[in-house]
Amino acid sequence: MRLEPIANPSALRLYGLPALALAATVVVASLLALIAGADPFATLGLIVDGAAGSRFAALETLNRATPLIFTGLAVAVAFRARLWNIGAEAQLYAGAIVTVLIGMQGLGAPWLQLPVMALAAIAAGALVLLGPVVLKTRFGVDEVVTTLLLNFVMLLFVGYLVEGPLKDPAGMGWPKSVPLEKELRLPRIIEGLRLHWGFALALIAAVAVWVVQTRTVLGYQIRAVGQNAGAARFAGIRVNRVLVQTALISGGLAALAGFSEVAGLKGHLSSDLSPGFGYTGIIVAMLALLNPLGVVLTALFVAGIFVGADSMSRAAGVPTYIADILLAVSLLFMVLAIRLTRFRVVWK
Amino acid sequence: MTPRNEVLRLDRITKRFGALTANDAISLSLGEGEVVALLGENGAGKTTLMNILFGEYVAEEGTITAFGHPLPPGNPRAALGAGVGMVHQHFTLADHLSVMENILLGTRPLWSLTLGMAAARARIGDLVRDFGLAVDPDQRVGQLSVGERQRVEILKALYRDARILILDEPTAVLTPQEAEALFATLRKMVARGLSVIFISHKLHEVMAIAGRCVVLRHGKVVGEVETSATTPGALAAMMVGGAVTGPTIAPGIAGKALFRLNRVSTKGGEGAPGLKLADLTLSAGQITGIAGVSGNGQAALSDLISGLALPLEGSVEIDGEAAPPRWTPVEALSRGIGRIPEDRHKVGTIADFTLTENAVLETHGAAPVSRKGWMDWREAEARTRAIIAKYDVRCPGPEARIRLLSGGNMQKLILGRVLEAAPRVLLANQPVRGLDIGAVTYVHGQILAARDRGAAVLLISEDLDEVMQLSDVIHVMSHGRLSPPIPRGTATVAELGLWMAGEGFTRAA
Amino acid sequence: MSLIWDILISASFWAAAIRIASPLIFATIGELICERAGVLNLGIEGIMVIGAFAGWFAVYLGLPLWLGVGVAFISGMAFGLLHSLLTVPFGLSQHVVGLGITMLATATAAFTYRLALPEVTSPPRIEPFQPWNLPGLSDIPFLGEALFRQTSLTYAAFVVAALVALVLYRTPLGLALRSVGENPAAAAAQGLSVTGLRMGAVIVGSGLMAVGGAFLTLSAFSSFFFDMVNGRGWICIALVVFGAWQPGKAVLGALLFAAFDALQVRLQQTPMGAVLPYQLFLAMPYLLSILALVVMSRRAEVPQALMVPYNKGER
Repeated sequence: MRLEPIANPSALRLYGLPALALAATVVVASLLALIAGADPFATLGLIVDGAAGSRFAALETLNRATPLIFTGLAVAVAFRARLWNIGAEAQLYAGAIVTVLIGMQGLGAPWLQLPVMALAAIAAGALVLLGPVVLKTRFGVDEVVTTLLLNFVMLLFVGYLVEGPLKDPAGMGWPKSVPLEKELRLPRIIEGLRLHWGFALALIAAVAVWVVQTRTVLGYQIRAVGQNAGAARFAGIRVNRVLVQTALISGGLAALAGFSEVAGLKGHLSSDLSPGFGYTGIIVAMLALLNPLGVVLTALFVAGIFVGADSMSRAAGVPTYIADILLAVSLLFMVLAIRLTRFRVVWK
Repeated sequence: MTPRNEVLRLDRITKRFGALTANDAISLSLGEGEVVALLGENGAGKTTLMNILFGEYVAEEGTITAFGHPLPPGNPRAALGAGVGMVHQHFTLADHLSVMENILLGTRPLWSLTLGMAAARARIGDLVRDFGLAVDPDQRVGQLSVGERQRVEILKALYRDARILILDEPTAVLTPQEAEALFATLRKMVARGLSVIFISHKLHEVMAIAGRCVVLRHGKVVGEVETSATTPGALAAMMVGGAVTGPTIAPGIAGKALFRLNRVSTKGGEGAPGLKLADLTLSAGQITGIAGVSGNGQAALSDLISGLALPLEGSVEIDGEAAPPRWTPVEALSRGIGRIPEDRHKVGTIADFTLTENAVLETHGAAPVSRKGWMDWREAEARTRAIIAKYDVRCPGPEARIRLLSGGNMQKLILGRVLEAAPRVLLANQPVRGLDIGAVTYVHGQILAARDRGAAVLLISEDLDEVMQLSDVIHVMSHGRLSPPIPRGTATVAELGLWMAGEGFTRAA
Repeated sequence: MSLIWDILISASFWAAAIRIASPLIFATIGELICERAGVLNLGIEGIMVIGAFAGWFAVYLGLPLWLGVGVAFISGMAFGLLHSLLTVPFGLSQHVVGLGITMLATATAAFTYRLALPEVTSPPRIEPFQPWNLPGLSDIPFLGEALFRQTSLTYAAFVVAALVALVLYRTPLGLALRSVGENPAAAAAQGLSVTGLRMGAVIVGSGLMAVGGAFLTLSAFSSFFFDMVNGRGWICIALVVFGAWQPGKAVLGALLFAAFDALQVRLQQTPMGAVLPYQLFLAMPYLLSILALVVMSRRAEVPQALMVPYNKGER
C-alpha cells in the first residue's frame, strides 16, 4: 500500500474520520469493561456521571483540568515549532519548587508575593527547557531523550528537597515541604466553590497563547520554523533564536502548572504532586491538534476521563487505569485519523 | 534502422500525460556490442522513455522486446531480470555501507545464512579488472568521489549480469578525466559484446562514444544517424530544431556595478563544490547569466548571494560597500537583494501556509506588515491581494494554502513577493524549471522588466538556451569556478560547451 | 579515591555490573535493530513495562520461567506490530506514536495487574531465575565470580547481542535491514520490501525490549512494581547513540553504564553516601546518559534514513 495526498478533502473526511476515532475509543472502552466483567453501558455511564454528573464531580474535573491546560499548552507551543518538549513534567516541578521557595520568604504583601512566585516559577521552567534546547541547537543532541531524562533527575531533586532542606517537621515523617501560608494560596474564584484562580489563569494563558500564535510576529515565526525550517531560514527568520524563544514560553507554561497546583490546590511540594501531568499534556495537545483554545476543551475531556474513571472504578470495580488506556488509544486513533484526512490509502 | 543481432527493441512507444504527449510513437533498436546515444534537450521525453522501459510507467501503446522476449509492462523487475541495467543520474547508493555491501544488496535470498563475501569479492575483482572500474570494494560509498560512485553503480549492474547498460546523463557529474575513464570502460564493455544506451545532451561526447544517435524532440524521434556520417552542428540543429533564436530581446543598458565578488571562495556541501576564487560583477540594467551543468557550484553562488553562506576568502561588495561580516538573509534583503530560490516548493514557500503567510515571509518583521511585534494581517492580506492581481496568480484566494497552487502560480507569488520589494539586485535561480510555456514567458518577461527598471539580475540556469537568450553577459560555471565574462553574442554554443566541460579553465590558467 | 578503588577490585561489584547491564543489553539491542532499519521506537519504555509484567504474570500463573520470557517477547512483539503499522505504512510521527505506545503499554500492564490482583497490597513474588555457575569457568579466581555465576538470562543477553551483530553484518537479511535505514530507495530498487523489513525490525526489536523488561521481574526483583522500569528505556535510547548504532559498542556502553550504576549503589553505603544525598547518586545514570549524548552527538554516524518515512512513488 501507499499513501496519496488529497488536494481538497471532503467535509465528511475532514470531520468524519476524527469522529470515527472517538467512536473507536468508546468501543475500546466497552471492550475493556467487558473484559473486566462489567456492563459496558453502565461503565461508560458511570464515567460520564463521575466526571460531570454533579457539581462536586464537575468541579473536580475543572480542578484536574487546570494543570493539564498548562502542560497541554506547553506541549502545543513547543510541538508547533517542531520542538519535542517531552519534559513538561520536569518544568512543572521546577515551577512548583520555586513557588515553594519564594513562598517561604517573607516578601511582605501577598498581592506582591503571589505574582513574584508565578513569575519566578515561569523563569525556572523556562530555564529547565533551555538546557536541552541549547544542546539541540549547539550540539545537535535530540531533545526528546534529554527532556525525558531530565524528568527523572528533577523528580529525584524534588525527593531530596522534601526529605532534606524543605522537609516539613510537622509532616509526621511524610516527605513534603512546609505548607504555604494561607494568604499565599490562590483564592477561590467564587467563595464556597472548590475552584481556585489557577483555573482562570489557565484560561487566560490559553487565550494569550492563541493571541501570540495568531497575531504576533513571534507566533508566525514559530509556525514557520515548525512547518519548514529551511524556508524560514531562507526568508531571514533566525531559526535557533525562535527555538529558544519557543522553549522559554513552553517551559514557562508547564511551570505554571506547578505553581497552580502548589499555590492553588496542595499548598506544599511533594514527589507525588503530579501524577504525570507533563506526559498527559502531550495527549491533551495532540488531541487539540496543537490549537491553544482546543487545549482547554481536550484538557477538560482528559480530566473528565480521569476523574470519571476514578469514581467509576470505586463503583464498578473496573481498574481506574482504564483511563490511561483510553487516552493512549484515543491519541493513536486520532493521529491516524488526521493523517487519513489528508492522504488516501492506495493498495497496489 | 535495425542493427545486427538486435538485443533490445522499443517499438512505437506512446505515453501521454493529460494533454501532453511525452512519448509519441518512439522506436529504438539496440544491437549487440553497440553504443546508441539518445539525444535530446530537457523535456524531450528521454526520461519518460526509460521509465517505461523499467516499468515505472505503463505506455499507452507500443511494445518492448529484450533478447527476443517481450517485457511485461509496468513491472520494475522485468527489465532487470532480462539483463537490462540502468545507472541513474542520481545514484541509489547507501553512503554508510561499503562498496561490496552496496553491490551485494538484494542479490541473495533474504534468509540465506551468509552473504557469500569471498565468492562475491573474487567476482567483483574480475569485473573491476576486466572493465577498468578501479574502486576499492571495502571502502564506504560516502568516502568515494562522484566518479567512483558511478563505477559502483555500473558494477552493481554488471554483477547482476546486465548485458545492456543504460546510462542517464552519466557525464553530467564527472570531471573530464573521469568521463574519459568512463568512456574507456564503455569501450571495453562493447568489445565484450555488451550494449549501451547513452543518454545525453552533450554533443562532443556523443560523437566520441556512440556509433549511432537517436535524436528526440518534443517526444518524437526527429532523426537517427550514424555518428560517422554527421557533425555536432547537424546534431544540434536536429535537437533544437532551429528554434534556438526565439524572440529577439533588446540588450540591457549597463549601469554601475551593484554587486561584486572579488576572488571569493566558499565551503561546498552535499557533494557539490563551493565557489573557488570567483570574480563576478553584476551591473544595473543587465542580466548576467550563469551557464553550466548543475552541481558545479551554482548552489554555493546562490547561497552566498542569498545570505545563507559566508565567504571563506575574498570580498563581497554591494553597491561599492563591503558586505557585513555577519552576512545573513536579513542583511541581503535589507541591502536590496531579491532572491528567487531554486526550489520553490521546499525553500521558496511553506506548503501548509496560506498565500498571505507566504507572501509576507520576507517582510513580516517590519512595518507595515507588523508593528512592535504584532502582525497586521489586514495589511498583509491587502498586499497579497495586490500581488495576486498584479502578477496574475490564479488561486482560490489569499487564504488558500499555497500547496494547492500549480508551479507556475506559486512562482508568480514568489515573483510578486520579491519584485514588490523593488530589489536592486535580483537573483533568479532556475526561475522557470518545470513551468509550462505560458508561465515561462511570463516569468522571463518580469525578469526583463526588472532589468529595464535598473536592477542587476543574476540568472542561474542549466538550460543553455535560456541563458543565451536572456543574458547580456554570460559566465560559465564549472567545478566551482566562474569563467571570465562573455558578452552577448560573442560565443557559440560549442565554445560555451568547452567552458562547461572545464576545458577553458585549463587553457586560461 | 581508595574508596572507589576498593569497590572496583571486588569481583562482586563486577558481577553486579553485569547483572544490571543485562536488561539494558536486551532493550538497547532491540532499539538498535529498530533504528538501524530507520525507525525510532519511543515505545521502548512502555514495552519494557509490559514485558516485565507479562513475563512475571505468566510465571505467576504457573508457567515455567523460560515460557515467561517467551510470553514477554510476544507481548513486546504485539506492541511492536502496532507501532510499526502506524509509523511504517502510515508514516505517522515516530515521536508521537512512540510516546503513545509507551503510555498504552504502561497502562495496559497496570490495568491487567489490577484486574488480576484487585485486593493485593504487597506485590506477590515468584521464584526467579537462579544463578547458573558455569562448570569450570565459575571456579576461576575473581573472573569466575565476576562473570560466570550469573542467571541464564544474563548469558542469553550476551548471546542475543552477538547473534544480532552476526545477522546484521554477515547475512543478506542484516544487509537489507541496514540498507532500509540508510537509503530505502536503494533497497526498493533491488526489489526489497522496505515496509516489510522495517515492520519486521520494529516487531522483533520490540520483542527484545520486552525481554529486557522481563529480566527485571524474572531475574532481578521477583515481583512486579508499576515504576520498576523507571526510565531504563530512555537510557537505552541514549545507549544506542552512545554505541554509535553498533551492537558491540552498545553492549560496552551498557556495561560501562551499569558499572557506574553499581558503583553509585555501593558508594551510597560508604562515608561518601553519608555526606551526599542519595538522590544525587540515583540521578547519576540519567545525567550520564545526557552527557553520553552530548559527547557522541557529533561523532556518531546516524542511520541516514532514521525517522524518514518511506512512501513508494514519492520522490
